[in-house]
Formats: sequence, C-alpha cells, structure tokens
Amino acid sequence: MKKTNLVDHGFMDARIKLIDVAAFLDRIQRHEQTDDYRFHALKDAINELQTDEVGRVGRILSKLSDHSVEPIDKADIQGAFGAPKPNNQ
Amino acid sequence: MRYIEPHAHMVSRTTSDYEALAYAGCKAVNEPAFWAGFDRSSGDGFYDYFRQITEYEPKRAAKFCIDHYCWLCINPKEAEDVGLAREVISIIPNFIPADNVLGIGEIGLNKNSKNELLILEEHIQLAADHDQMILVHTPHLEDKLKGTKLIVDALNNQSKIDPSKVIIDHVEEHTANIVLSNGYWAGMTLYPESKVTHNRAIDMLEMFGDENVWLNSACDWGISDPLSVPKAALEMRRRGYDDEYIDKIVYKNPVQFMSQSGKFKLH
Ligand SMILES: [Zn+2]
Repeated sequence: MKKTNLVDHGFMDARIKLIDVAAFLDRIQRHEQTDDYRFHALKDAINELQTDEVGRVGRILSKLSDHSVEPIDKADIQGAFGAPKPNNQ
Repeated sequence: MRYIEPHAHMVSRTTSDYEALAYAGCKAVNEPAFWAGFDRSSGDGFYDYFRQITEYEPKRAAKFCIDHYCWLCINPKEAEDVGLAREVISIIPNFIPADNVLGIGEIGLNKNSKNELLILEEHIQLAADHDQMILVHTPHLEDKLKGTKLIVDALNNQSKIDPSKVIIDHVEEHTANIVLSNGYWAGMTLYPESKVTHNRAIDMLEMFGDENVWLNSACDWGISDPLSVPKAALEMRRRGYDDEYIDKIVYKNPVQFMSQSGKFKLH
C-alpha cells in the first residue's frame, strides 16, 4: 500500500471541526445556557483529546454512553440525545 | 468499481437513487424492514409493507440491473406495543418463502426497554425456528453501548443461532469489538450525525480488521446519502488502498455473508 500523508489529507478538516467545537462552547456560554447536562458531557469528553494514548474515539464514545445494565421499564420516547441524562447513570 | 449496498431503505428513496446506485457500480441492495418515520397502527400496514419489499421493490431495482433482497420484522421503534408486535411476527412466516427474503431484520433495540427486549427475543426465536439469518439494528448514540451488550447476550442465549449468520449493524469504535469477539459480523454505517464518517469507518477497518465486516449507507427517509459506500471506497483509494482491498470490503465481504442464504444469487 502506498503511504498517503494523512496530515496533509486530514489536518484542515480536523482544524475546522475543532474550531467549530470551540465556537459552540463559546456560543452556549454567551447565551447563558450552560446548565444543560449535554454542555458538561461534551466538556468532560473533550478532556480525552488531551490524552496521549490511542483510543480517544472509543473513550469519548464511552463517556457519552449510558452505562446502566438493566432494560428500562418503558420506552417513552423514540429518539436519543447524544449523552446520558445524569440521573440515568 | 462493483459494490453491494447491504443496508438501504429503498421504499423511501426515489427511482433516481436506483439510477445513481447503478451508475456507481451497485450490483445488489439489501433492504431490512424498518420504521417508516411514523408508527403504523395495525398489522395490515405491515402486511402491505412486506408486500412492497418482497414484490414491488425487486421490480423497481431490476430496471437498473440491481438485485434486491430484503429482511422482515417489526423494528424496535414500534416494538413497545407488544400486541401489535406479536401480530406482525405472526404474519412474517407467510413472507419468508419469497425469493428475495434473506432473513429476519433489522431487529434489535432502540431505547433498551423491557418490551423491546421481549420482542427481540421472540424475533430471534422466529429466526431459529425458520432457520433464517439475522440482521440487527443497534440503538443510537448514548443507548448504543448498553443496547449492543443486551443484544449480544440475547443472541448468545439462543443456542440454535449461529453467530456467523448474524450481522450486527451500526457498530462504532466502542462496540465493534463486543460484536466481532463474539463471532458476529459487524456492519459500519456511513450516516450523518448519528453514525460514522468515511474516515472513521476506514480507521475501524485498520483497527479491527477486514474480516466479517461490511459498509453500508442505511439511506432512508432521513438526511442520508445512498452513495456513501462508493464515496468511502474513494476515500480508501485516497488513503492508498488498492482495488483488490476495496473490492473485498465493498463487494466480496457482503457477498460472502449474504451467500449463506441459498437465495442470494447475483445475476
Ligand atoms: Zn436501517
């Protein structure tokens, strides 16, 4: 397999996504909506970006997952929110 | 390039999409039964839907030289109503003999509720009783990890199920190993927001290997891209993978899985 320079290939895309995340956090703070649990779930997950061990994606997905093990009594909604509700853990 | 689209909800796509798939090299599509964006009120609604995916869609696909296969079930989003779910399960055996039916799917869980799990177990029993392959949907976002574990447990509990004849779809980096290490096939779904990007799918191939995996678009009525598989193939090429490797991932692997049903024949 010929080796592609993956930094050339992906840097600009990663850069814009990172800046977008920063803009999102600023926006939520400027509009004083930081009491939403998802804001804190995202900030907590972002800590994983600063770790040096490969596996950041899996660890971020795990942080944004419901870790309870028993089935819930009833499905009252059909959708999902992207981060577990704090009382769900 | 030739490829298979192993997970597409063509009932909610236009005929132009079939044309685009054909131009891109698609030889066959798999259409698992799913949620149509709203809840159906009776078994009759499902009866008509099963007729559509066993009789009508194969003809629509054939106009573009694409083979059409399907999978039958009541999906987990509508499984909270156990009475309706059992009514639908009772009509499925009438459709299993159809030429294009490869198995039971996409069954699974959505919110990981007790009723969803009960109906999942009854579908697994249906597949075991009729010697059918299984295609599994895993829940979205925060519910995926828990749901994948519950689904794998439910499948492992049924001794008549052969894991090599089951594909668990929509895996991500935190669930792929749970699926593959238990002997099941894993599907990676290229879908905006709730699933994976082209690059993450290729990363997962590098991390978890290229055996017992397939890529799919899961294109449906939502914002989704019926051409995401050939686009991922282009991304593989840009990363340096050769034609032989790409052919294995987007063509040979799905053919290998689907060929386990005697009904799968490429024309
Ligand atoms: Zn689907």
